[in-house]
Amino acid sequence: MYEIMGKRNRTNLFAILILGVILALLPLGIRKEFLISIFINIFLYAYLGQCWNILGGYAGYLSLGHTVFFGIGAYASSILFCSFGINPWLGMLSGAILAMLVGIVISYLSFRYGLRGIYFAMITLAFGVIFRVIFTNSEFLGGAQGVLIPLKAPSIAQFQFDGKLGFFYIGLLLVLMSLVITWFISRQKFGYNLLAIKDNEKASEALGIHTNRYKLLATCLSASLTALGGSFYAQYLMYISPETVFSLNLSIEIVLVVIVGGMGTLFGPVLGAFVLIPIGELTRALLKEGAMGMHVIVYGIILIIFCLLLPNGLIPTVQTLFRSRLVKDA
Amino acid sequence: MLKIENVSKRFGGIQAIREVSAYLKEGEVVGLIGPNGAGKTTLFNLISGFIKPDQGTIDFENRNITGLKPYKICRLGMTRTFQIVEPFKHLTVFENILVGALNKFDKYDVAADRVKEVIDLVGLARVYQRYGMDLNIVESKKLEIAKALSVQPRLLLLDEIMAGLNPTEVKQVTDLIMNLNKENISFLVIEHNMRAIMEISVRIIVLNYGEKIFEGFPSDIMHNKAVVDAYLGDETDA
Repeated sequence: MYEIMGKRNRTNLFAILILGVILALLPLGIRKEFLISIFINIFLYAYLGQCWNILGGYAGYLSLGHTVFFGIGAYASSILFCSFGINPWLGMLSGAILAMLVGIVISYLSFRYGLRGIYFAMITLAFGVIFRVIFTNSEFLGGAQGVLIPLKAPSIAQFQFDGKLGFFYIGLLLVLMSLVITWFISRQKFGYNLLAIKDNEKASEALGIHTNRYKLLATCLSASLTALGGSFYAQYLMYISPETVFSLNLSIEIVLVVIVGGMGTLFGPVLGAFVLIPIGELTRALLKEGAMGMHVIVYGIILIIFCLLLPNGLIPTVQTLFRSRLVKDA
Repeated sequence: MLKIENVSKRFGGIQAIREVSAYLKEGEVVGLIGPNGAGKTTLFNLISGFIKPDQGTIDFENRNITGLKPYKICRLGMTRTFQIVEPFKHLTVFENILVGALNKFDKYDVAADRVKEVIDLVGLARVYQRYGMDLNIVESKKLEIAKALSVQPRLLLLDEIMAGLNPTEVKQVTDLIMNLNKENISFLVIEHNMRAIMEISVRIIVLNYGEKIFEGFPSDIMHNKAVVDAYLGDETDA
């Protein structure tokens, strides 16, 4: 009698699968390097957006400092590889663990004092800036110069590839993994508790939810996954610096991708990345060197448009259209 | 079951609750009334753990729960509704109730069964797919009760659950409370609807300016001078 809807069925899992297959076949048709690199960029942002979405979209805690975790991931694999010769995959894993520990510290401090909304955004923003300053001034971490990753024999085991196709597929795998993780938690107690916390913390407590614990868990998951993205980025570009991996722009772009696609939705971040990144690349290509940073201005305009017209993002807007039709019919 | 001893709470210059003691036996429905600002909701917040008392102790089933967090108190078997309804706006009615049930039962299937049970009990079957934000006031109030029931409490605190309901709906809610009471759920009920509270309560506690001014049978309340004065004003005031 009670038909279980949406989150419980497997439609979304099939959708993820189909999306994965289509994207995996793309390189057969697209031979141009620069198109592949745009896709890698899209995957990176879709992935980071999805990681952010767990904390920001589901639990409703808007972090403006996800570069902390991203940068830790990037530096962990790079430094371990360059200074100690440790395999980048292992470095990636240790970066995730390190980011999780930092996430615990940040969230423990914030949640203990009941920070939420704009105050949580501010404290995470502050941590982002603090980390950039620390890394810029630590000589043993490469200082402001950053770290250059030397090219060894390219292979999957070394996380290095001839050309871009290897990164295309690893990026795609990361996106699919983040989608499956999000799909999985969204139908569990964990996911429902996060949604409940976002909507109403008081009522959540009254129903027996240890809200601080779930917020902490969400941060840990989000942080460690974000760090994987950082290592991926480092291996892909083979050069990282505090300016790039701890940049405020990146923190904001991650959020933007999710806002455009739809916060707290499964496919929002992916859709957002597919809309925004090509626009950014296009602006860059059209305006060339004459207008450095023009794409950021374009992003700003898009953000204003979305805040005014579609504050919930693309996916919820479409869903609402369907829902209002349903309610009318009923 | 519930024992409140000598509890006080001060907000800045206002003594919201002054040395209130009260008790509730298993299986009872106790009414808590008083004029606006008497401290009824504050007392609820103290019992359910949303604020900590300055002094005094609160015991639930012979266990000291003073200062425990709301989620812990909920897991011990006591939960509450809110005067201003607090639905999860972006979850459906089904999911709203599911949240509590999942935290109580962990397993999805068991929790879903409980949700269906509660939906039928409270009478939300018609709207179970609606979102929390799309409900009217009656449905919201029912959802408040349903959410609280999802965790299978043994003691339920209801904060003005009948405000804004018409007489037919009030009747539905009082019937519901009486039925649940038969299934051994105890209630502490804040209510302004006098007829309803008289009907369902075995005992009534009256607060005024943070102090308990009366405790006794509903039938005695109209003849108590302190209560009448509190509601209608002292003769000397006029």
